[in-house]
Amino acid sequence: MIFIPLLGMIAVLLLPRESDELIKRVTLFFTLVPLAVAVALFISYDRSTAGTQYVVNVPWIQAFNIQYHIGIDGLSVTLLLLTALLGPICVIASWRNIEKGIKAYMALFLLLETGMLGFFVALDLFLFYVFFELTLLPMYFLIGIWGGPRREYAAIKFFLYTLFGSVLMLVAMIAVYLNSGALGARTSTEGNALNNLNFQIWVFLGFFIGFAVKVPIFPFHTWLPDAHVEAPTAISVILAGILLKMGTYGLVRINMSMFPQGLDFFCNGLALLGFINIVYGSFCALAQTDFKKLVAYSSIGHMGFVILGLSARNDSGITGAILQMFNHGVISAMLFLLVGVLYDRAHHREINGFGGLGTKMPVYTGITTLAFMASLGLPGLSGFVGEALSLLGAYDKFKMLTILSTIGIVIGAAYFLWTLQRVFLGTLNPKYEEIPEINGREILTLVPLGILTIVLGVWPNFAIDMFRESVTNLIDVLQAI
Amino acid sequence: MLPGRNVELYGGLLAVDGFGLFFKVFFLAIGIGIIAIALEYGKARLQHRGEFYGLLLFSILGMNLMAMSRELLTAYIALELLSFSLYVLVAYGLREARSNEAGIKYIIIGALSSAVMLYGLSNIYAALGTTYFSGIAAALSSPATDNPVLWVGLALLIVGLGFKLSAVPFHMWAPDAYEGAPLPVTAYLAIGSKAAAFALTLRLLAEAVAPAGDRWADWQLVIAVLSAVTMLVGNLVALAQSNLKRLMAYSSIGHVGYTLAGIAVLGDDFALAAKAVIFYLVVYAITNLIVFAGLASYYNSTGKDNIADLAGLADRQPFTAAVLAIGLFSLAGLPIFAGFTAKFYLFAAVADGGFLWLAGVAIFSSLVSLYYYLQVLRQIYIEPAAPESGTEGDAAAEHGGGHHDAEPEQDSLPVPMLPRPSITLSATMGVGVLAVIWLGIYPAPLLAVIEFASSAILPMG
Repeated sequence: MIFIPLLGMIAVLLLPRESDELIKRVTLFFTLVPLAVAVALFISYDRSTAGTQYVVNVPWIQAFNIQYHIGIDGLSVTLLLLTALLGPICVIASWRNIEKGIKAYMALFLLLETGMLGFFVALDLFLFYVFFELTLLPMYFLIGIWGGPRREYAAIKFFLYTLFGSVLMLVAMIAVYLNSGALGARTSTEGNALNNLNFQIWVFLGFFIGFAVKVPIFPFHTWLPDAHVEAPTAISVILAGILLKMGTYGLVRINMSMFPQGLDFFCNGLALLGFINIVYGSFCALAQTDFKKLVAYSSIGHMGFVILGLSARNDSGITGAILQMFNHGVISAMLFLLVGVLYDRAHHREINGFGGLGTKMPVYTGITTLAFMASLGLPGLSGFVGEALSLLGAYDKFKMLTILSTIGIVIGAAYFLWTLQRVFLGTLNPKYEEIPEINGREILTLVPLGILTIVLGVWPNFAIDMFRESVTNLIDVLQAI
Repeated sequence: MLPGRNVELYGGLLAVDGFGLFFKVFFLAIGIGIIAIALEYGKARLQHRGEFYGLLLFSILGMNLMAMSRELLTAYIALELLSFSLYVLVAYGLREARSNEAGIKYIIIGALSSAVMLYGLSNIYAALGTTYFSGIAAALSSPATDNPVLWVGLALLIVGLGFKLSAVPFHMWAPDAYEGAPLPVTAYLAIGSKAAAFALTLRLLAEAVAPAGDRWADWQLVIAVLSAVTMLVGNLVALAQSNLKRLMAYSSIGHVGYTLAGIAVLGDDFALAAKAVIFYLVVYAITNLIVFAGLASYYNSTGKDNIADLAGLADRQPFTAAVLAIGLFSLAGLPIFAGFTAKFYLFAAVADGGFLWLAGVAIFSSLVSLYYYLQVLRQIYIEPAAPESGTEGDAAAEHGGGHHDAEPEQDSLPVPMLPRPSITLSATMGVGVLAVIWLGIYPAPLLAVIEFASSAILPMG
């Protein structure tokens, strides 16, 4: 299933350059197939056990004892579904936006999807690293060629920054290999033999910085606003929806499952960083006048909740964090798509340059309000459940930090409602007398996400059931030290 | 290949063993690649093409002998055969001032380094009484030969080899020679002469010095420091380059640094380090081959070799642009390309050998190198083509196989398409790209062959 988009990429590359419509349809097909498989996996996944399922384990590079080892467990299957879902949505979102070089764009996008799908199912460290890096290459080109005015700067910054984190990860990986003789077969349910605390601390740090750049965790977050603002809409969606989750997924899969003693050592720092993310991210968002940058900073804020929940190391904390991962993926995807809708029409993103759009674009206003409310954590929508559970879990361990983190929620409400008011309410800005309403294609991309947001808001067990057992198992590992 | 049957020729001067055979095949393949690059270039820009290919063949003979020699003077003679052919080849652009200058610089520094090396060899002979590698190993193992003359000899030998490898601080000839030489010769310098020098160094150190145990440990640190300096200087100075051939020169210096790191850890876990070095050499050769093939295809069409001239190549020669992209990403060490697998192998071997700090420096240099490779790629893919185009941020199909018409949908003057690369170049690039990706994903067959090769020079079998 991982390689279906790769086949799609080869297919797209073989198509003649001018047949835009055919290219788009072929790409859409090749992103819908993984979605179907992901849904099937989601349904057929056995929720009552914690181990990995659908495992493939084939020797790959004998010299280093590297296996081609993939499999899914509760956490993977959730994020896999998210990835597979956002794939076709992004293709549909790019349908009319991309003017030139459609073939290259779609080919790179399919390669990106292969990398992401592979990343979430990889169970061998080497394979994990390969897929992690594999996503960087298409992203560099996708941002650098099809992006906004400062795209070169943003693309190089993104690439170098993330690669810097990755090489630290590589060093840590080599250290693991040298100490345990193998890079393979690390699942979230197995313990490990690397129990020396000193070793764990350094290796944890190495992997942590690698993932911290991706999440992004303060102070490694400065690439995010640039990359998001300059990337084309669909790529921003993928960036916020999936790539950020790759960082947190890595934190759970590797840092927490494999190095629990390291986690123990650093958990206070981790909680502090989560807190800084939440509050600092929210305050920065409050100060933004570029709509996309505001959403980018709000992403930083929301990932802070994930970090805070993870650092709590208890049931509700981790569950909340994982749920928040999925929900944020959905919600921020919606937000970036909505920003894209506006940008396509007005060709700028200045919040203060709009006004009173609600009168001309009622449907759009309604959907945006839904997305904003979900993002700021209105109960009844999915954002609330994730944030609440994370905070509940974190309160157990870090009372003061948690209380202070709620400031972030208040600020979140502040900037979203203020944006709502500036853009949609009030008197209509005369420039936008003729602004067209949101069209069917755009609604098609938003509706599935909106439905998910509402469903998970009232029935979060739908998702939590998937990874309940895995979380329990993870906590056992963490408490066994 | 002859499994397990090692034969010695000329009373022990040359060895026909797995190592020698592997490298002979390797060098011959490199020769084929270089000829493929040189065909079209030569027809357009070189006179006396017969001598060109003749000299190329002589140098390949020299390389073969270097890989096979088991005695210091034979190695020296083979090295000289290679070097003299290269001196002439570098100056082959008869009408170009740059080429003549490069030739003169190269021959003077080359002759100096050969003299230094010969002096070192004579010192070793004076101290040990033998020039056979096996004899040297035996003599070094016994403490009686602890002799300042010997240390001077070994040091000068390393200096001489360092010149050939363009290790820092013996690298000053390299940027000028690479920039001035005709493009196929630059490629040959980067790929062939380096590989041969490393083959010689590998055999020399493995058979003659490494068996000496703790004596060797002292020298390991020397080589490790050399390697670290080479990596850092090569990659950092490359950041400032604007000429493509000079950039490739410094990038090669950087790669020499990585390979030297592998050589520095020839010791306890000998097999891993030797295999890693050989694997890295093969991958480095193939990757550089496709990069130079891409550069040659561009040069053949336009005669320009500055980085800024590459602007908009993605539109004008999409296949070449794609090949360059793959080659440069592989050199930078990005996964799924062979460069990553080779670097991983090498750095793991270095870390395993106990030189963790060296592995750290190597990984850092690798990161730095990505920046200047990205600059080249930025020119190719993101910068608009030369003034004719006028639109901003063009993009085009990344992979070829498409038509090369001007693109009517752009509302500016059509981007001038360049002619397709010649059949030989396209074939070379195609095969090379497939090899790079194949080795990146499934290196096991090649690793098995390398295992066979390196086992031939393992100390004590």
